[in-house]
Amino acid sequence: MTQARFFENALSDWMKGKGPDSDIVISSRIRIARNINPYPFPMLATNQQSKEVLDKISEVLEDEDLKTISRFTMLPLSGLNELQKQVLVEKHLISPALANESRNGAVILSDNESISIMVNEEDHLRIQCLLQGFQIKEAWDLANQIDDHFETKLDYAFDESRGYLTSCPTNVGTGIRASVMIHLPALVLTQQINRILSAITQVGLAVRGLYGEGSEAIGNLFQISNQITLGQSEEEIINNLYGVVRQIIEHERAARQKLMYETKAKIVDRVSRSYGILSYAAIIDSKEASQRLSDVRLGIDLGIIQNVSPTVLNELLVMTQPGFLQQYAGEKLSPEERDVRRAELIREKFRKVSAGGVA
Amino acid sequence: MICQECGKKPATLHFTKIVNGEKTEFHICETCAREKGEMIPGTPNSFSIHNLLSGLLDFEPSSSATLAQKPQMARCEHCGLTYAQFSKLGRFGCSSCYKHFADRLDPLFKRVHGSTTHTGKVPKRSGGMIKYKRELESLKKELLLRIEREEFEQAASLRDQIRELEKKVAEA
Ligand SMILES: [Zn+2]
Ligand SMILES: [Zn+2]
Repeated sequence: MTQARFFENALSDWMKGKGPDSDIVISSRIRIARNINPYPFPMLATNQQSKEVLDKISEVLEDEDLKTISRFTMLPLSGLNELQKQVLVEKHLISPALANESRNGAVILSDNESISIMVNEEDHLRIQCLLQGFQIKEAWDLANQIDDHFETKLDYAFDESRGYLTSCPTNVGTGIRASVMIHLPALVLTQQINRILSAITQVGLAVRGLYGEGSEAIGNLFQISNQITLGQSEEEIINNLYGVVRQIIEHERAARQKLMYETKAKIVDRVSRSYGILSYAAIIDSKEASQRLSDVRLGIDLGIIQNVSPTVLNELLVMTQPGFLQQYAGEKLSPEERDVRRAELIREKFRKVSAGGVA
Repeated sequence: MICQECGKKPATLHFTKIVNGEKTEFHICETCAREKGEMIPGTPNSFSIHNLLSGLLDFEPSSSATLAQKPQMARCEHCGLTYAQFSKLGRFGCSSCYKHFADRLDPLFKRVHGSTTHTGKVPKRSGGMIKYKRELESLKKELLLRIEREEFEQAASLRDQIRELEKKVAEA
């Protein structure tokens, strides 16, 4: 079977720019952390022990019931080169930790890349479901089903009072991390964002930038996720996140309308300038590209720009990252070379999709 | 309260950290928290969540003298991780660590999650066991009560129920 498609195609299902509320919500993700008795967690497991864990998990893949959900392909990390690992990170299919430090690590991918299961990351098993648009409840249903399948074959580390036992104390209990990636250009432009982010952190949710822990919120993209995993049920966690995100969506929509009503010429100008720069620039760094792509996306959502599909925007957000650019070029590139390639790639994409341009 | 960093904006984040019995309080506004990258996990250049955790783990509840005396001596018998290592790494070594460090975890979980007890999903297989176990316990209690009261007829019926349930557990 060919593995190449996981690296060559930028477009995972989650990037197609469709799904409920896709004018604002890019994707919805559930991650479930599980460990298997009696093995020590990956940090302390011997080579032999982590190998056994990997074997046990790959046996479950033979399960006929599991195959009714999707066909799965297992990729051991040891079989991938650095660039391939980076591409999987940029597509959000594996974590940087799995790419960098895992022993006997592997990732199991469903055909449409909505499901990715990491083996021997911080925990033995991390089941991730990533769907486009605002579908956090659907993502939970899917992850929950897969968890049930694994549970019939594996002896999970579980304690009556502490719940699912995880390597990090921040995951114990449900072991669940639910997160929604959301594009909030109007709340940033109208300077309401800080007030809203601070309110979010006060109801037990965390906010971070697009590329995970420690990164900036590039291109007005924010990831909102639950912080509490112990003492709340999965449904409570998901309903809480759902409710908060629902409110943020309404605020962003209101802010967009306000912008269009009060400062229409300014917004059209900003969007059009960004569109022009992306269409003609010869050199562009990733920070500027993300910001300009965010403007164009806002322009599409407000009807200022027509004939460009949000799919292209989502795809470009991933494809203009360093690993992808190098994969695309087929060679290692210096930062300066990447800025040239990035500009080229964006011009090419825009030319292909936009016969119409600015309305 | 005014932010202790900039002295201008109102402080919205309040932190108490106790290291080696010494209490430090932080009152800081959202902007300074972001700039310093300290309080919000995931912001650039932040203390990682694990740094933050090991800060929390160092704290010694002043009300409990026994805990404060030998907090670093405990060791997990299954994986060998010591409590001192755990508080440095911010990670458990295996599922048994939860048992071996049990008497110190409640304050940690309270601070991280605001709670100490799981109320969510239970795995079907072992979860079924948990249900049987709880049922068995209550049947046995009732059995003792009936015997005490010399209600032997009911006791006999309870004994049968217990045997039935124990057979189920053994088969599962
Ligand atoms: Zn301040
Ligand atoms: Zn242990």
